[in-house]
Amino acid sequence: MSLLKIDGLEARHGLLTAVQGISLEIEQGETLALVGANGAGKTTLLRTLAGVHPLAAGRIVFDGLDVSALPAHRRAAAGLALVPEGRKLFPAMTVQENLLVALSAKRDGRWNLSTVLEAFPQLKPKLKAAAGTLSGGQQQAVAIGRALMTNPRVLLLDEVSLGLSPLAVQGVYDSLRTLMGKSTGKGAAQGTTVVLVEQDLQRTFAVADRIVCMLEGKVVASGRADEMTRDQVMAYYFGHRTPAAHEALTT
Amino acid sequence: MIWLNQLVQGLMLGGYYALLACGLSFMYGVMRIINLAHGSLAVLSAYLLFLLAERFDIHPLLGLVAVVPVMALVGWVLHRLVLERSARSGALLPLLSTFGVASVLDNSMFQSFGADTRSLAPYIDTLSYDSWTLPGGVIVGQLSVLTLVIAVGLLGGLHLMLVRTALGRRIRAAAHDADTAQLVGVDARSVYAASTAIAISTVAIAGAFLAMRATFDPYTGPQQLIFAFEAVVIGGAGSLWGTLIGGIVLGIAQSIGAQIHSQGFLITGHVTFLVVLLARVYVADSVRRWFRTLRPRITMP
Repeated sequence: MSLLKIDGLEARHGLLTAVQGISLEIEQGETLALVGANGAGKTTLLRTLAGVHPLAAGRIVFDGLDVSALPAHRRAAAGLALVPEGRKLFPAMTVQENLLVALSAKRDGRWNLSTVLEAFPQLKPKLKAAAGTLSGGQQQAVAIGRALMTNPRVLLLDEVSLGLSPLAVQGVYDSLRTLMGKSTGKGAAQGTTVVLVEQDLQRTFAVADRIVCMLEGKVVASGRADEMTRDQVMAYYFGHRTPAAHEALTT
Repeated sequence: MIWLNQLVQGLMLGGYYALLACGLSFMYGVMRIINLAHGSLAVLSAYLLFLLAERFDIHPLLGLVAVVPVMALVGWVLHRLVLERSARSGALLPLLSTFGVASVLDNSMFQSFGADTRSLAPYIDTLSYDSWTLPGGVIVGQLSVLTLVIAVGLLGGLHLMLVRTALGRRIRAAAHDADTAQLVGVDARSVYAASTAIAISTVAIAGAFLAMRATFDPYTGPQQLIFAFEAVVIGGAGSLWGTLIGGIVLGIAQSIGAQIHSQGFLITGHVTFLVVLLARVYVADSVRRWFRTLRPRITMP
C-alpha cells in the first residue's frame, strides 16, 4: 500500500484553478520530484498536501488515513512536514527556538535537537543567534532541521535551493542526500519519504527516484528518473509542442 | 519639590496604566486584534470582586484567586465565539465585534448592578490610604507602589513566559506567521485562545486595582479603554516593556498636567498621546529618509 495517495486533487486561488485532477501514489522511502515551470501548481500542490492551502476537491490519504479535512498542525502530527518555499523561519526567534517549536508536533523518532545539529553542524555555533540574521544557506538548514524535528514520515521540500548561492545549494543538497540515504544507497531504510519541488533539473535527476512533470495545474508526464531523459522533462517543463519537442517526447 | 512629587506620583499612576494596558498590548502583539471590550472586561472583573467582597467578605486580592480563572475562561470563550470568527474577515470586524461585546457588557452590568458607583477601597483596610514618606518629603501611597510592582511583575512574567516556555515559543511563532507555525505542529487556534485567556486574566488583575484605587460604575470601561489604548500606542503597540514605558509616560504627563492646571489632568495625557502618535507617523519617517541620504552613493563614471 502506498504511503501517500492523492486522488483527484484540486486547489484554487480565488477563481483560478491552480491544480486540477492530480492523482498520485507515493511509496514509503521514495523520493518523488515535481518539476514544471513557474505557475505549474507545484507549490500549491505541496501546500495543499500540508494543509495550509484549502483543498477544493479530491482526497489525500496518508498511511491509510484520510487527512483531507485535517488542519495543518494535525497533518504535521500525523507525519507530513513541509519545508516551505522561501524558508519562512521565525526571524526574531533564535535558531534553537525555531527548532524547538517543532516539538509541538509531538512525534517520537530519531530526530531531536542533537541529531539535527549532527546533520547540520553549521548551526551549532548559531544556536543562540536570531534566525533572521543567518545566511541563506544556514536559514535553509534551519528550515529543513525544523521540519525534521517533527519526525516526519513524508518530507515535502519546496524549492530548497531558491535564492541560495551555488555553494550553499551544494551544502544543502549534500545534507539532503545524506538524510535521504542517497550517498549510502539506503533511501528506504532511512524511513523518510520525500516529495521535492526543484527548478534545477540536474539536481532533481541526482536525487529523485521518480519524476512528475506538471503543466498548468495538471500532471503531464511521470516516470522513473533513470528512465527519463533531461530533454523529455525539459519539453514537458515548458509545454513545448514543437516538432523537436514532440520527437523528444515520443522517442 | 512639587515637581519631583508630581513625577513620582505620575510614575505610580503609570504603573496602573501599564497594568491596565498589558492585556491590550499582549492581544495586539499576538493576534493583531484591538479589543475594544478591554475596559468593560476590567469593570466586569471589578464587579465580580465586589460581589465576593460584599457577600462573602473575601478580600479583593484573595478574590483574584477565583476571578482570574473565571476571566481566563471568559477570554477563551470570547476568542472561540467572537474573535476567531470575526478575525477571518479582516481587521475591521474584530473592532466592531468587540465594540459590540463592550456595549452588551456595559448595559448588562447596568441592568444587574444599577448606576451606583462602587469601590473596593472599603474592603482593603488601610491599604487604600496608607503611605510611605520618601526622603525629601515625597509621599507615595502603598497601594500605588503595590500597583507598580504588580505591573512590573506581570509584564516581566509575561516576558519570561514568552521567551522561556514551550507555550511562549508557540505564541511567538503563531504571532509571526500562523500558517508556518501550523506546519510544525502548532495549533494556532488553541494558541490564540490561550493568548486571549492570558490577556483577559491580566485584565482581571487590572480591574481589581481599578476598583481598589478609585470608584467604578457600569460605564467606567470605555474611559479605562482610552487610557490603556494611549499607553499602548505611546509605548509601541505589541511591545510589553514599551507598554510599561507608555503607561509611565502617560501617568507622568497627566500628573504634570494636573500641576499646571486643575483641569489639565486628562488633556495633557491626550495631547501627549497625539504628539507621540504624530511623531511616529511623521518624524520617524523623516528620520528614516535622513538616514537614507547618509548612505554612500555609487556614481556612474
